[in-house]
This record gives sequence, C-alpha cells and structure tokens, in this order.
Amino acid sequence: MISQVPFEHGMIFAGVLFFLGLAGVLARRDAVFILLSLEIMLNAAGLAFVVAGARFAAPDGQVMFLFVLGVAAAEVSLGLALVLWLYHWQRNVDIDNARSLRG
Amino acid sequence: MTVAFYIAAAVSIVATFMVITRVNAIHALLYFVVSLLAAALILLLLGAPFAAAMEVIIYAGAIMVLFVFVVMILSAGPREALQERQWLRVSTWIGPAILTAVLLGELLYVMAGATGALTTPAQVTPAQVGASLLGPYLLGVELVSMLLLVGLIGAFHLAYRLGKGEASEEAGGKR
Repeated sequence: MISQVPFEHGMIFAGVLFFLGLAGVLARRDAVFILLSLEIMLNAAGLAFVVAGARFAAPDGQVMFLFVLGVAAAEVSLGLALVLWLYHWQRNVDIDNARSLRG
Repeated sequence: MTVAFYIAAAVSIVATFMVITRVNAIHALLYFVVSLLAAALILLLLGAPFAAAMEVIIYAGAIMVLFVFVVMILSAGPREALQERQWLRVSTWIGPAILTAVLLGELLYVMAGATGALTTPAQVTPAQVGASLLGPYLLGVELVSMLLLVGLIGAFHLAYRLGKGEASEEAGGKR
C-alpha cells in the first residue's frame, strides 16, 4: 500500500507544517507552547527529508529523519528541564521573564 | 491510494493549526499526537515504514509523554488558560501570522513552478536504512550519540541543581 504522489505536494505539506510551527514560535509566550512549536518545525524538516528520500527511493532520507529525531529528543529534554527551572524560580512559564541567565 | 495521502495531510495540517491556537496545554498536546499519527501514515504511504514506526514510538510516544509530565508538574489549570487567552490577542499574533503567510506563499509559488516528478512506489526497507546508517553515515551516528549524551548530562545537571535548591529551601523552612 504505497501511494505515488507528486513530489512537490509532499514538500508543500512539510512546508505548511514548518510555517505553522514558525508562527507558533513567534506568536506564543508560554515556554511549553514554544517548545511544542519547535517540535512541529523539527518534525516538518524530518518529513521533508523522507519525502525527498522517497523521490529517489534512497535510504538517505530516512537516515536524516533519524538524525532529526535524535536532535529533537536532545532538544526537548534540555528545553523541558529549562522550563521546569524557569517555573521553579519565576512561578510561571512566561518566556519574557527569562531575561537573566544567572542561576 | 493517492487520496489517502491528501486526507492524512489535511488532518495533520488542521491538527497542527489547532496545536498552535489552543490555550490549554493538554488539548494542544492531544492535537499534536493526532498530527503526528497522520504524519506517520504519510510516511508509511511514502514507502518509509521504519520512519513511520519511529514517528509513532519516539515522537508520539516518548517526547509527548515528556511534555505531558512537564505540563502535569506545572499543573496548568484554568488560571493559566485565562492568562494564555489574554496573551493570545489579535495584536499579538497578527504580525507573525502575516509574515509566515507571506513566506508560505513564496514557497507555494516556487513549488508551483517545479517539475512534475512523482515519488517512487518502491519501499525503502528498515534493512536498507540500517545498512546505510552503519555504513556511510557511521560518523553521523557517533555525533548523534554524543549529542544525546550532552543532552543527558545537561538535563541531569539542571535537575540536580533544581533538587538541591528545593532541598535547601526545605531545610531553611525547618530552621
């Protein structure tokens, strides 16, 4: 059950997801939502790699998807630890309060 | 099965739009899980079963569970939702929305003029992906493992200081 779709449509799908994530990062102020939007953007980038891999029937796209997955996992663990840190000291997760990096 | 691709893409885009517009973090997370499952179906349809499995197991499983834990620790309630609704005014989101819509329009314009190439109907099996990972991409695998180690040490460092701060606060309260 493998569908043959135009290459551009797959890339446009990934691009729409990426720009939705970008709009989320720019518009939200809650740190959890910003991290979630970053996940949307990373996921969209991985999808674009897989679509390009499917265009040439090459495994490289899926390999890059796995690398993006690793980057997303490392980013989300550190990001959520920083969100907990921010909440512990500021009692909210407003990203505007995170102006001073001193512990 | 070309129509399945478009249905799944529409579901994923609508669910992602709901993610960035919700005020309740748990609702946004559940919509994001729907979006990820639709994206996994698309990966399966494009002949990438291994990537589809990873999308479900790691994204919709592990990373979303991490988000749910953090939202539960932050105990986001009606007060936070009210605050978030105040932050999410038209004057706040209209600027980013217009700018990203312009960029998306440019992307669509560029893609409209491209060649009419189709994705190949062949499946790229997990065995091929594994052979490629441990063959030409071995250095990349090592780099990702070091990145994950850095993430582990960083998260441990932050959590250790967080735990020590709470412990000293408790000790101060007892005194």
